[in-house]
Amino acid sequence: MRGQEAREQAGRKALMATLAHAAADEIARLWNEAGLPSEAELLRGPETGLVTVRGRIGGGGAPFNVGEATVTRATVRLPSGQVGHSYALGRDKGKARLTAIADALWQDPAHREAVETKLAAPLRAALDAARETKRVETAATKVDFFTMVRGED
Amino acid sequence: MYVAVKGGEAAIANAHRLLADRRRGDRSVPALRLDQIVEQLALGVDRVMSEGSLYDRELAALAVVQARGDMIEAIFLVRAYRTTLPRFGYTNPVDTGAMRLERRVSATYKDLPGGQVLGPTFDYTHRLLDPELAAGAEVETPAQRPVEPEAMPRVSAILAHEGLIEADGEMPLDHVPGDITREPLEFPMARDIRLQALSRGDEGFLLALGYSTQRGYARNHPFVGEIRIGEVELELDVPELPFAVPLGSIRVTECQMVNQFKGSAKAPPQFTRGYGLVFGQSERKAMAMALCDRALRASELGEDVVAAAQDEEFVISHSDNVQATGFVEHLKLPHYVDFQAELGLVRRMRAEYEARENPGKSEEKREAAE
Repeated sequence: MRGQEAREQAGRKALMATLAHAAADEIARLWNEAGLPSEAELLRGPETGLVTVRGRIGGGGAPFNVGEATVTRATVRLPSGQVGHSYALGRDKGKARLTAIADALWQDPAHREAVETKLAAPLRAALDAARETKRVETAATKVDFFTMVRGED
Repeated sequence: MYVAVKGGEAAIANAHRLLADRRRGDRSVPALRLDQIVEQLALGVDRVMSEGSLYDRELAALAVVQARGDMIEAIFLVRAYRTTLPRFGYTNPVDTGAMRLERRVSATYKDLPGGQVLGPTFDYTHRLLDPELAAGAEVETPAQRPVEPEAMPRVSAILAHEGLIEADGEMPLDHVPGDITREPLEFPMARDIRLQALSRGDEGFLLALGYSTQRGYARNHPFVGEIRIGEVELELDVPELPFAVPLGSIRVTECQMVNQFKGSAKAPPQFTRGYGLVFGQSERKAMAMALCDRALRASELGEDVVAAAQDEEFVISHSDNVQATGFVEHLKLPHYVDFQAELGLVRRMRAEYEARENPGKSEEKREAAE
């Protein structure tokens, strides 16, 4: 049961991470293609606020405050009763509303499959591909040292 | 008696209208879009985010264009905007060891795990203006090198194994990180609060102070242990969810400065460290921050405080360019009454001075005038 619950939470968190990284118009496009329902009651927001970003002294030491970032959040309730939340960097209120609905739909067994395959999977694939491109472009700037032999002996 | 004088309402309105016009410039030149600024003036946008202390590229780009490219004015606009928003909380500390790296170099170890990765750097360019760029030439797509991902631990973690370098900065376990946006500055301050102030501090001011330490004012023999630039994930603990909610990622620059230290009554000979962490790709700022962080640890390490860069109150009180510009620029606002008062005072002092220096002469003058 505990393992089941942990897996459940990990899946929900992974969806939230994917949606947080995705562009609003891309989410909306896939949403329409998948024909996901977007009817929901807004319980909170969408509202924009700040989070204070923390770092650690020396990289791994005591925490300190670096500065703020804009975050927009929303909470919705589906007609079927599930409550969904969203948080993401930026100020896009449309995205906040839609991603909160995605979180709620994911908790509904009737919709989880569609959210995973038609929304999360393509967003994840696009994100992974973009990161991979960036990684190999960065890797091309890695220095290969070689030794120059000078003189006769 | 106090007489208030009003005026300038129409002049001010027209000045702002003129400002909007001059900001737009020649109407036959296309207006800048924010996405152009975000994409093509990215490091300027990063500076506004770092010193405006607000990570939001579009807002920083808007500030840059609204301020006509005046960076400190743009930073001021961002700071003002920040104060209008509620705060949702403090993120979990970012893990720079797990950064998706875009650049990583070390000046202390050639062959460190993960290697020297230059990324999009100005280093080794010839600093020659490029006429082709002026002509709008298209640029090549980047080279790619399909290799397996490699772990890139922070250099500080590698050096730590020998015990010759101090650990990451620790605080007592019950220490709550200070927040200069909530509490007024108090001196002496803990290192965590100093770092917050330095991270939003003026790049030019910190650069000059860092430079001064290299030129011998609080010399501390720095090496760049590591600079890394890349994206880190942000997570926030919220009451409504049983896990830390992922917010997305931000780009940061981290600098680990390693400084030779001959030891003191308080600490053995070892390498000490200064730390820099800044929003965006801001390498110069992160390095300057790390130099200043180390210099400001003088008292903690038992060094003599002899130079400006080691003087916490001097550095932190003057590092904020919004405060600095506010106080300097207020001088141009009307001070008519203050000045009239001082003018009267100086006239009286001058008359007294002249009466003292040349008693006869001032008498003659008065008679002549009469």
